[in-house]
Amino acid sequence: MRKFIGIILLVIIAWGLLITMKEIPFGEQKTKVGKYYIENGEVDTGASNIVTSVVVSYRSFDTLGEVTVLFLAAIGVGAVLATFQRKEKRKLEPSSLILNTGCRFLFPLILLFGAYIFIHGHLTPGGGFQGGAVIASAFVLVYLGCRGKRINQAGSKLAESLGGLTFVILGLIGLAVGGRYFLLNFLPKGEFNTLFSAGIIPIIYIAIGFKVGSELSGIIDQLMEES
Amino acid sequence: MNFLQNHIFYIGAFGLILIGLFIMLSKRNLIKVIIGLSILETGVNLFIVTLGYLNQGTAPIFSKPGLDVQKMVDPVPQALVLTAIVIGLAVLALALSLAIRLYNHYGTLNLQKIKEQKW
Repeated sequence: MRKFIGIILLVIIAWGLLITMKEIPFGEQKTKVGKYYIENGEVDTGASNIVTSVVVSYRSFDTLGEVTVLFLAAIGVGAVLATFQRKEKRKLEPSSLILNTGCRFLFPLILLFGAYIFIHGHLTPGGGFQGGAVIASAFVLVYLGCRGKRINQAGSKLAESLGGLTFVILGLIGLAVGGRYFLLNFLPKGEFNTLFSAGIIPIIYIAIGFKVGSELSGIIDQLMEES
Repeated sequence: MNFLQNHIFYIGAFGLILIGLFIMLSKRNLIKVIIGLSILETGVNLFIVTLGYLNQGTAPIFSKPGLDVQKMVDPVPQALVLTAIVIGLAVLALALSLAIRLYNHYGTLNLQKIKEQKW
């Protein structure tokens, strides 16, 4: 009965979607705002990756809100799982020598790759969110490969708080210096398409990278500990 | 046939959305419902990225001089999806932790057997 009602509902939704889909052209320029960003992003922000300039310069206040949502989700996971106590200790079989050595060898390399992705966020595809996810995947490797190792809780919390603080304080400095709007790009733009360019964009992306990386590894830590 | 060729990406994205919705409506296991939520979210992300696509377009990155500005795809949907994926991951973790708590409280993941959750 549930499946029957579900299928009827899906047919209605699919019909509505089909009607809508016919009206949307595929593979054409649809919005004016995207065109504006592409044409003026180079002059306005100095970042060669236009997606980055949209995320961290044009819509950076929006990104601050999204980082806050991520923070709330991480806090929620902690709050939901915090009161739960495991009855008997889970017995962990020690991992084999090859697995242990392999993941200890790979862990710093993955961290380095994540850092590369978020430092070069304004030049190449990537950025703080992706680099943070790569860093969190390094912690997953450690949890699965080298049993019994935990991340440093105090260090993780510190990195998370510093990342968030850097973002907000840079925005407030922009407001104080320019006096026009929050998160103004007050640093010099530098030479286009080099590492030290685009003003505050790389700094904010590094802060986001630290914040996302430590939050996601905190979530993984919670889930690994309690499940 | 022409309609299919022009809209194949939309059909794929909407197909994923409908599959995810059907899983969420029909399955009784909480983990499967969460998997359905994840598939639904993938479909929505795919649809938003597809909206910004241009025929024979390039990535909106000025990595070398002489790139055609007119050929670049729309950066706004990509910027939206970029953050949505990471937030989706965190929401998935939150849903899974709630599922862990429910399993500990009721001893089952079957939504039919959890009395307060019945529909």
